[in-house]
Amino acid sequence: MDWLLHADTTGHKLALMVVAILLFVAVMSVLLFGVDRIKRAPTWLVVTGFLGPTLLFLAFGLVYPGLNTIRLSLFDAKSRNFVGADNYVTAFTDPQFQIVLRNTVLWVVLVPLCATAIGLVYAVLIDRARFESFAKTLIFLPMAISLVGASIIWKFVYEYKPNQGNIQQIGLANQLLVWLGFEPQQFLLHQPWNTLFLIVVMIWIQAGFAMTVISAAVKAIPDDIVEAARLDGLHGLGMFRYITVPSIRPALVVVLTTIAMATLKVFDVVRTMTGGNFKTSVVAYEFYTQSFRAENAGLGAALAVILFVLVIPIVVYNVRQLRLAEEVR
Amino acid sequence: MRSVRTRGLVVATTGAALALTLVGCSSDGDDNSSDGDSPAASADCADYTQYGDLKGKSISVYTSIVEPEAKQQTDSYKPFEECTGATIKYEGSREFEAQLPVRLKAGNPPDIAYVPQPGFLKSMVADYPNVVVPAPQETVDNAKKYYSEEWVNYGSVDGKLYATPLGANVKSFVWYSPQAFEDNGYTVPKTWDDLTTLTAKIAADHPDAKPWCAGIESGDATGWPATDWLEDVVLRTAGPDVYDQWVNHEIPFNDPQILTALQAVGSILKNPADVNGGLGEVASIATTPWNEAGNPILDGACFLHRAANFYQANWDEDVKVQEAPTDNGVYAFYLPGKSESDKPLLGGGEFVTGFSDRPEVAAFRTFLASPQWANEKAKVTGQGWFSANSGFDSSLLKSPIDQLSFKLLTDPSYTFRFDGSDQMPGAVGADAFWKQMTAWIGEDQADQTTLDNIEKAWPAS
Repeated sequence: MDWLLHADTTGHKLALMVVAILLFVAVMSVLLFGVDRIKRAPTWLVVTGFLGPTLLFLAFGLVYPGLNTIRLSLFDAKSRNFVGADNYVTAFTDPQFQIVLRNTVLWVVLVPLCATAIGLVYAVLIDRARFESFAKTLIFLPMAISLVGASIIWKFVYEYKPNQGNIQQIGLANQLLVWLGFEPQQFLLHQPWNTLFLIVVMIWIQAGFAMTVISAAVKAIPDDIVEAARLDGLHGLGMFRYITVPSIRPALVVVLTTIAMATLKVFDVVRTMTGGNFKTSVVAYEFYTQSFRAENAGLGAALAVILFVLVIPIVVYNVRQLRLAEEVR
Repeated sequence: MRSVRTRGLVVATTGAALALTLVGCSSDGDDNSSDGDSPAASADCADYTQYGDLKGKSISVYTSIVEPEAKQQTDSYKPFEECTGATIKYEGSREFEAQLPVRLKAGNPPDIAYVPQPGFLKSMVADYPNVVVPAPQETVDNAKKYYSEEWVNYGSVDGKLYATPLGANVKSFVWYSPQAFEDNGYTVPKTWDDLTTLTAKIAADHPDAKPWCAGIESGDATGWPATDWLEDVVLRTAGPDVYDQWVNHEIPFNDPQILTALQAVGSILKNPADVNGGLGEVASIATTPWNEAGNPILDGACFLHRAANFYQANWDEDVKVQEAPTDNGVYAFYLPGKSESDKPLLGGGEFVTGFSDRPEVAAFRTFLASPQWANEKAKVTGQGWFSANSGFDSSLLKSPIDQLSFKLLTDPSYTFRFDGSDQMPGAVGADAFWKQMTAWIGEDQADQTTLDNIEKAWPAS
């Protein structure tokens, strides 16, 4: 047992990994083999066999912590005394948290719209162009960079040095400003602009995702529709407005909602670039700070619940749109 | 179509759930087992017989000390491991303060943790009274014998000793270039007034440079160097007694005396004529990394930088830390008090806290409280560390700043006070205090608002 629990050397760790993979394969093969052998298994057995583990995972890893978080949000900092809705009142009335909520709204509105718009225009422009795959790779590459990595890169881009004596700029953005004859700026210091500069980072990452999905959808538009529209005299913007966009509407909805959900959870960018200072904090970062730094479990849980409530309409909208799309089909 | 899509969704969800579970299982700290290949410090095992035979026993240590200092720690345990046969499993984490309570809550505490904040220790003892194990008798004996009463008190809660001091540091230092001082005929100031006069003189003499440079950016701990500034000045303008009342919240955080101190800090840090040499205007203090803020001293863009003895690790390798003037050399002077006889000293340290009463853990805690360990640690440490242990042989220290720090700390004419933010509750000392000081500089938040906001964040109980 001890051999399985405490691995100290790399070889030992690798061996453990192999053991784990073998175990997984063994369990899966027993399952699949068993399913094949038992010809007349009752439906309930099959259902439990397939859904049971998932349901267990969901109940233990999602539903229970979720309910517990809601309960904790009604208690005080040490989770001892019931305080009712006090934490929610603080979250909505305290000026500090109102700014957090304002920033979250800015993020959730701007990132999905801008990223999708950029992705859509780009996908349509490069469709069937000569260097399509190269152009696609260019904008998709940021997706491969982790959020923390991207934040560090952009922190260098925004890096500030004063314009005095022989001090050289390090940051790309400020060097451009200096070349153009402007004063270097502290991009991350002055609100509300600093939040916008953080949002740029997220758009930079997400535009690639939007472009890929939308490009696939554009390619799936049946040629006969395009041809018929062309015969009817549509081209350029008209084609884009009346044929392309309506045809890829389901893809657009998926992209918009997926990015909106990713944005609501944004934590890495804020933490890495400003640490939530200078009025750039968002709900997803503030709930971590309150729970683990300020030791205020109640307020942290309340912020988490607010985040959860904010996600619900997006998920509902997403599911409804998928249903509608399927009914059309 | 519909069924295929549904199945795909389920597979994706299960896959995601599995991935999440697996990620959850992976260890997040660098598990440094101590059987490395570094040269073992040779030791005479006769001194270690008191700890008994601990062959096959292992002790887990969880700390906020990460590389490169982690290696100095593990190296200093070598003689103990060789002579007793015990294994020390050392794990350093940058997320220490957030993760330790999680581990305690989950019933998975380490055997020993090095806690740098007495305030954090106090809240742990209050929240997990049955998990934190008081120091065993031999450890208490060592602590009482080798540490001054105030150091023993920092590790005690309600008169009971829970944690013994490990390392120590001194924060009341101003880094400067002895060569630049000599070239300009400046002398090291002896009083606070001398310091303000010097500041004004430098500003007048050097229109292209600024007297001070400062930086408080430190990732998600941004703001802590500014809290040290305020604490140092409170000790000087209001005195150690008011400082103690302020730290223990016997007077409110926004007491008028603290406001005076904050204004005094502001007269330097928020004065465009005095900061921020080579780094930008006043607000640039908030975005300058604390470990790079002193560099303009070497370019002559600024002359003074207030930072602790451990700042020396941040100078480039070719920079010489010495008092005699030399090119590319730096040194630090004591941040002076109101008068020459008024000598408050701000500092900090870590505390060895135990979560297990196994005999090998007790033995290791006793060892860490002994001068034996402190001397072993000094032997394997290049710079930036010393101990407050009275049996400590300071001649083992290789850096002049560490020797100076030790001298000041053990000199009875200096009044030592432990870092205030580290003694305050986490909600203030590791959150609001940092954040509000950052806003005070970065967003030019008013003095009174800053102190009021921190007072508001003080936990009710």
